[in-house]
Amino acid sequence: MRWKWQQLEEKIVQLFMLLSFALILFCLLLILYTIVAKGLPSLSWAMISQTPKGGFYLGKEGGILNAIIGSLYLALGGTLIALLFAFPLALLLNIYLSQSLWADLVRLSLDILWGIPSIVYGAFGFTVMIFLGWRASLLGGILTLALLEFPIMARAMDEVIRRLPPDLPRAAYALGSTNLETAFFVVTRQILPGLATAALLAFGRGIGDAASVLFTAGYTDRIPNSLFSPAASLPLAVFFQLGTPFPEVQQRAYSAALILTIIVLGISLSSRWLAHYLDRFSIH
Amino acid sequence: MPASHRSKLDRWVQRGFWIFSALPTLLALLILAALWIKSQPILLSHPLKTLLFGSAWKPQKGEFGFLPFISGTIWVTVVALVIAVPICILTALYLSEYTSARTQRLIKPLLDLLAAIPSVVYGVWGVLIIVPWVQNSLAPLLGRWGSILPILTTTNPTGYSVLAGGIVLAVMIAPFIVSIAYEVLQTIPFGLRQASLALGATRWQTIKYAVIPKASTGIFASIVLGCSRALGETMAVLMVVGNVPQIPRSIFDAAYPLPALIANNYGEMMSIPLYDAALMTASLLLLGMVLVLNIFSILALRHVLREKT
Repeated sequence: MRWKWQQLEEKIVQLFMLLSFALILFCLLLILYTIVAKGLPSLSWAMISQTPKGGFYLGKEGGILNAIIGSLYLALGGTLIALLFAFPLALLLNIYLSQSLWADLVRLSLDILWGIPSIVYGAFGFTVMIFLGWRASLLGGILTLALLEFPIMARAMDEVIRRLPPDLPRAAYALGSTNLETAFFVVTRQILPGLATAALLAFGRGIGDAASVLFTAGYTDRIPNSLFSPAASLPLAVFFQLGTPFPEVQQRAYSAALILTIIVLGISLSSRWLAHYLDRFSIH
Repeated sequence: MPASHRSKLDRWVQRGFWIFSALPTLLALLILAALWIKSQPILLSHPLKTLLFGSAWKPQKGEFGFLPFISGTIWVTVVALVIAVPICILTALYLSEYTSARTQRLIKPLLDLLAAIPSVVYGVWGVLIIVPWVQNSLAPLLGRWGSILPILTTTNPTGYSVLAGGIVLAVMIAPFIVSIAYEVLQTIPFGLRQASLALGATRWQTIKYAVIPKASTGIFASIVLGCSRALGETMAVLMVVGNVPQIPRSIFDAAYPLPALIANNYGEMMSIPLYDAALMTASLLLLGMVLVLNIFSILALRHVLREKT
């Protein structure tokens, strides 16, 4: 009797586990299906090759090229600046400070920064910009995104370097390399796939984030021509167009969401491919 | 290059690198300080009690009560956790204890994919699917019990509600909770399971009596981390939650969480006195809640994940 109950309990729990797992997969598929099914009908060449024309937000002609270019500028700029700080920091944490208390504290700070909501970064960026007398601009958006991406990238790179076999730097030291030479000529080359993945991860996070650029980059119908002009972004294009009462404009919000999803998933997939490709330059 | 130059260069770079290592801590302190300073005008002119527990939100009259927004944040987050936690823990257990290593390698990218989808896309999905579902199916279905359970009362005719926000959030935080809980479960020594199975326990008994007690701290930390993600999530929630500054009484009421307040009002925050300070206070409140949860869960997780090595 007792044995039977145990078997039954096992089956019931397994069923619930399977159902939970299936539910999460179902949600993922449902999201992708919804975005594709709703976004595809109004996706056209004009959407991705033109900037908004007069009356665009009433349902007239035009596209969202301004937002696509704006988003690429913002995320590229943010990723490059974040890379400039994240990469040396990750090397420093592992080569120069490997097991120290200070390294632990830096990692804790990075984890804390990683958890700060993007809207708080947006509010902080906005405050600093007001303090400096800047208006909403491409540069403001880039710097705020860099702040948002920096901890994600630094932590990801740190994890990659930490998984490195310790024999590799030891061998370099044994041959007489300094810390610096070990870091740049041996470690960096070995972790190239991981670095690329970390940078692309941060790029994907940056391009999809709306709350941080809402205050700092502004929104405009033109393609930004300088660092100090405002810049549109894809997530905000989705958000603003969905907020209008016109069905034609809302339709375009769906296709803007589809474009954004394609870009983000494309980045996610290509980072996998890139990591695989760069792996051939590492020692195994 | 002569050896002396090489080691000199190395020393210089090492000194320069030290600056980099101070950056994260400085940045975190700078953000806190900036928000603190900018919210001073309102913190000094209004007693903390009316700010935190006052429910009157009339910026034009200088009345700033954050209670509707704080309670909106808490409602949406709690609903999201109630939905997400059982499903996520069961999924993590399933992945870790029942599937082969090959399946696990296939599933991980899918979770990453789910985590990579931008929040505004989740928002669009919520508006298209979840809001109508809540309005047409869930509200009529669950609303019948409203007289017994007041949190199910339906007075809001639209689907833009705490429940819609909670469902969208639940889906958004699921990949986080699942992957961290899974990672925690992987740190449990295999021998522990073998010992339990060798005694004749079923797999579920092994999980219940051997795996879960050992992993409970880590699993709890993963939930707290998911909770702090949920607190700060802005765009997706903002799009489906209704944005009415009231204290919700039922999961079908509209709510107005803190991040939505900040995002919706930045445009006019310069035109009304003290309004910018009020929004900065909202950011500070949000940051405070997130920091407390984060620091706890990060420290707990570190402890758990380090035991492995």
